[in-house]
Amino acid sequence: MSKFKKKSNTSQEIPTSALPDIIFMLLFFFMVTTVLRETTINVKQHVPEATELRKLQRKSLVSYLYIGEPKNTVLYGDEPKIQANDVFIEPKDVVLWVSKEKDKLTEAERDQITIALKADEDVKMGLISDVQLQLREANARKLMYTVRQKTDL
Amino acid sequence: MARSKKRGAAEINSSSMADIAFLLLIFFLVTTTIANDKGLTLQLPPKPDDIEQVDIKIPERNIFKILINSSDKLLVENEPLTDMHELREMIKKHVLNNGRDPDLSDSPDKAVVSLKANRGTSYDMFIAVYNEAQGAYYDIYAERAGVTNKKWREISNDLSNPDNKVIYDKAREGIPMAISIAEPN
Repeated sequence: MSKFKKKSNTSQEIPTSALPDIIFMLLFFFMVTTVLRETTINVKQHVPEATELRKLQRKSLVSYLYIGEPKNTVLYGDEPKIQANDVFIEPKDVVLWVSKEKDKLTEAERDQITIALKADEDVKMGLISDVQLQLREANARKLMYTVRQKTDL
Repeated sequence: MARSKKRGAAEINSSSMADIAFLLLIFFLVTTTIANDKGLTLQLPPKPDDIEQVDIKIPERNIFKILINSSDKLLVENEPLTDMHELREMIKKHVLNNGRDPDLSDSPDKAVVSLKANRGTSYDMFIAVYNEAQGAYYDIYAERAGVTNKKWREISNDLSNPDNKVIYDKAREGIPMAISIAEPN
């Protein structure tokens, strides 16, 4: 009996005073890592999977082109379109878009501009190759196909 | 006296602090999109007018031809191929042939992988094939450098590190990554 009595004397509460600190730590982590999206993507984006991924070195040099079927098919039809910043553009406008993107960079960095092509997997190669031809025309020759890491099951 | 002093020391109830922090945490958890800046890299050739129109004759044996038609079927070295996973080994064999097999390349530096799609080929299929072609080269480089494929890609991501640059240049010496992407017809 005396044994049980002793036990009841000890405090059984877990100290929770450090809980807010832990939560704040997590909070700050997510606050710092969060990147608020600058553009609303208006095309379907289900990028294909691949295994041999490489990482981009400098994010400031990257400009994004989104290609896919418009989400709002009633308004824009269901043919795949190219989205640059917030507007849909035609392949022939890519040259102009690239030169605008290059203007944002400093003189020395202009040749190093990288175009990240975020294309939906249902897009046909015809459109992709039209874009590539225009990029060659615009002398933006570093290209990256954004893909997802394939997870082995 | 002692009693009244005790009353004066007022404490702010901080038990709800955790709840507030949780609320904010959940907000950021939901809105966070971890940016993925990973993908398959590619260097495009200069624009067509800048290239001098010279017919360069590359011997047939040095070119490893991959054709993809509009229904995503493969034609590799003039023969249909159903299993795409064989492609990687075939490319490796072609590049590292060193003139042994008369149908494959003379030497690694002369070997070319030619990839040609159709306008109707799906992007998904193109990426899958391009992935295998790049993967084959990465495998070769990784083997020469004595590291795994994944480690090799990490090394080549960061060439500002002089140690990495040495490994990179040594492994790539004599074997340029020659993947030619022809314009689709």
